[in-house]
Amino acid sequence: MDVIILQLLNGLDKGSAYALIALGLTLIFGTLGVVNFAHGALFMLGAFCAVTLQRILSLSFETIDPTKTDFLGNPAKVKTPYLESWFGPEMGSSIIDWSVPLAILFAIPIMIGVGYIMERGLIKHFYKRPHADQILVTFGLAIVIQEVIKQFYGANPIPTPAPDMFKGSFDFGVLLGFDPNAVIYPYWRLVYFSFAAVIIAAVFAFLQFTTFGMVVRAGMADRETVGLLGINIDKRFTIMFGIAAAVAGIAGVMYAPINSPNYHMGMDFLVLSFVVVVVGGMGSLPGAVLAGFLLGILESFSSMNQIKQILPGIDQIIIYLVAIIILLVRPRGLMGRKGVMED
Amino acid sequence: MGILEIKNVGKRFGGLQALGDVNLSVAENTVHAIIGPNGAGKSTLLNCLVGKLIPDTGSVTFQGQSLLGRSPHEINQMGVSRVFQTPEIFADLTVFENVMIPCFAHRDGSFKLNGISAIRGQNDIKEMAEAILMDVNMIDKRDMTASSMSRGDKRRLEMAMCLVQEPKLLLLDEPTAGMARADTNNTIDLLKEIKEKRDITMAIIEHDMHVVFSMAERITVLAQGTPLVEDTPENIKGHPKVREAYLGEAQV
Amino acid sequence: MLGLEKKDTSLLIIVAILTMCAPFILNPFPTGSAMAQFNAGYPDLMQRFVIFGIFAIGFNILFGLTGYLSFGHAAFLGVGSYSAVWMFKLLGYNILPGIVLSVITSGVFALLIGYISLRRSGIYFSILTLAFAQMSFALAYSVLTPLTNGETGLQVYNSDPQYFHSDALPNIPHLFGQEMQSTFKLELGAWSFDFNTGYYICALIMLVMFYLAIRIFRSPFGLMLKAIKTNQTRLNYTGLNPRPYTLAAFVISGMYAGLAGGLMASMDPLAGAERMQWTASGEVVLMTILGGAGTLIGPVLGAGFIKYFENIFSKINDTVLHQWFAFLPDGMEDFLIVIIHPFVGKGWHLTLGLLFMAIVIFLPGGLVEGGQKIAQKFRGSKAKDDTTATDSTPAE
Repeated sequence: MDVIILQLLNGLDKGSAYALIALGLTLIFGTLGVVNFAHGALFMLGAFCAVTLQRILSLSFETIDPTKTDFLGNPAKVKTPYLESWFGPEMGSSIIDWSVPLAILFAIPIMIGVGYIMERGLIKHFYKRPHADQILVTFGLAIVIQEVIKQFYGANPIPTPAPDMFKGSFDFGVLLGFDPNAVIYPYWRLVYFSFAAVIIAAVFAFLQFTTFGMVVRAGMADRETVGLLGINIDKRFTIMFGIAAAVAGIAGVMYAPINSPNYHMGMDFLVLSFVVVVVGGMGSLPGAVLAGFLLGILESFSSMNQIKQILPGIDQIIIYLVAIIILLVRPRGLMGRKGVMED
Repeated sequence: MGILEIKNVGKRFGGLQALGDVNLSVAENTVHAIIGPNGAGKSTLLNCLVGKLIPDTGSVTFQGQSLLGRSPHEINQMGVSRVFQTPEIFADLTVFENVMIPCFAHRDGSFKLNGISAIRGQNDIKEMAEAILMDVNMIDKRDMTASSMSRGDKRRLEMAMCLVQEPKLLLLDEPTAGMARADTNNTIDLLKEIKEKRDITMAIIEHDMHVVFSMAERITVLAQGTPLVEDTPENIKGHPKVREAYLGEAQV
Repeated sequence: MLGLEKKDTSLLIIVAILTMCAPFILNPFPTGSAMAQFNAGYPDLMQRFVIFGIFAIGFNILFGLTGYLSFGHAAFLGVGSYSAVWMFKLLGYNILPGIVLSVITSGVFALLIGYISLRRSGIYFSILTLAFAQMSFALAYSVLTPLTNGETGLQVYNSDPQYFHSDALPNIPHLFGQEMQSTFKLELGAWSFDFNTGYYICALIMLVMFYLAIRIFRSPFGLMLKAIKTNQTRLNYTGLNPRPYTLAAFVISGMYAGLAGGLMASMDPLAGAERMQWTASGEVVLMTILGGAGTLIGPVLGAGFIKYFENIFSKINDTVLHQWFAFLPDGMEDFLIVIIHPFVGKGWHLTLGLLFMAIVIFLPGGLVEGGQKIAQKFRGSKAKDDTTATDSTPAE
């Protein structure tokens, strides 16, 4: 039992990331009808927003501390972050410590900007082109973004720690009456999951309860009709693209402490997120979220030793296997509308 | 017994009864028109004949063989060709290539891997394709890309593609929809010419009464998914029920 | 000749001449000169040109003709490589059995994947093929390690059986005693040219494959594939079943990929799973698009273009740049180098991505279309005269 709960929890954080990326992909596909292969790159850009902010906040000046010497016997140089000298050591260091959550504020405008430029500058011209062209051009863009990041940040993963407060793990075992340490779960992953839940809820609430969301939903159902009503749907779609980019971005920001960001993390997640979208149903937002968590949990369960002994390697391929079965048996996905790109 | 027998065919989409209880018999070598107001179920009926839809009830037989459960390409191989409302042609290919494809389908069946033999060497196919292009007066356009032609020419090409397979039954789905009067008349002439030259049965779904009355030998009027009446054009014109359901608005 | 139209025959002959003379053509600069860095006539690179040429020609049969965009073709390349290395391990270093087996296994593999993937079209097909390729990649690293040797990559060890190996035969890949690696160097004054056995074998195979592709393009089968791309509805209502045609195209292109993989292993007897990754699939898509999907010569051009510039760009570093711009005033020189730096050396992929986007946006027909447009511009004035001449012909 405890093992099952542990795997369930382990599946949640990866599932959250899948769900958030898949949500953005679906928003873009549903509203704009575009298959965005660069969405993983947006997720990666988000993670690097966190890296960047952490670096900016830790910008330091050097002073020579005469009381200490380095290993060569010279007076030691001590780095002091500017923040510490401005706000005092305690306040300064805690700002640096909290740089990942702070990076959300930093990432939102950047990602919306990136999304806006992407849509206006590139995607807009591909609405009428075949899906193959859309895939190809966004694939090219993904390579470009990835390589630019590689130029600036190098090829190695960059550790980006979460605030000290969230280090360590929460012991679910004790809470649920199992042995201590049977079900432990890092605090930050808990934060990530709750955060993802909030974002998903916010997106749904936004689409459900605002006029803007209503128009977008109508546009997803029937683009031409809404256009005829005199509503400037194109402009709203641009904003929608920005929002989707921001969702992917902040998903990336918060993921940075879980896995150190590297330049190809976007591609790694993209392939899986596409599979998630397909399983959930192309164009279905609840489907994307459901499938994201489902596949995350499934992946986590299949990596259990007991299962791996029976079916070795199953954890590596379970998601693809499920996708293939779903596509063949129920091509519109778990919750897809009938007729949306079914063939 | 007609070449095409439709018995008790019904089709339902969710709560909508698209076809009620359709019984229809198309006699060999006739031109049979199916008319009816919008939403009468004409297109649904047609889709049930060609294998795109499977009716919920009833049977469809062609020359005594059931068509139900067969895919469109199998039904075509049995000798049923279809002309679409908007011409379905191979837009990126040349006119000549367009007509060659049905020639191959006619000769080789639904699949044959002719991977190495050159098209150039297929003289029988080329002659067949040339002959049909002569027939429809398109031989001078043989090297044009199909997408660059006028709508009338596309329709003509589509007919040629259907005819070259020597179908026994030609289904026409509003062949003159959206055409100018002159083009419509040309199409009528073309169809009449075809009819004169070959042993062919035609089933036409049409809105334009002018087309229907200048060609059809029998007419079935469909309303709300069931056949209202079936008779010769002369009788249909004067039929009170039909006037009421349909012709009154059409102002013939 | 050879059952081809005149136009195609001349194309084949041109390609044949170019590949046979490649050691000369690709080494136009004297060995010692500063321009020698633009030479591409060394065996390793030339082999890659033709091997990726084969890969792209095969991919084009599927994507160029039917329009089905596969994102998993690298899987077949990998399967081909593994099969070939296994033949080296079991039978010996003669490349013939390896190549034959690589074509057969990749064909069987393609039949399996194609049969399932082709039940869907459009983006679903792309994602299915991608899923299959990623799955093979993951399996090659994990469960299939006994077959693939995991991360180390499959290679030949001294302890391998190699039943048909004898001491008289070379201990590296060979074709009936002709070593793949043997290179004849021809020194002509300041120039030096390499004639490599492996390259010529690959080049001959590529020519045969190119010829085969032309035959397929001009066959009724090729016509059906083009018809599938244009209008599947009409094809259905013409009594033709599109699925066996697309499946045949898929299997053929998979076999081309397997052949390329087998040849790759024959040149360098090592097979690794990274050959199956989706970035590798992306690369062949790129080559085909760049050259011109659906054209005969496009994929070969694309493969050559990408492999050539990959090689050249990767070699350019700041020292080289400084040499180039040494004639400029210092400030200008440094400025230019700062600008160019991100795009060369390790930044080649950035250039590639930009190039790829540019092609899709501005030149969907690829280099071939670009060439045609330029040719048209040159003939522009003449063509205009022609049209006015036809226009002025009185109507009947």
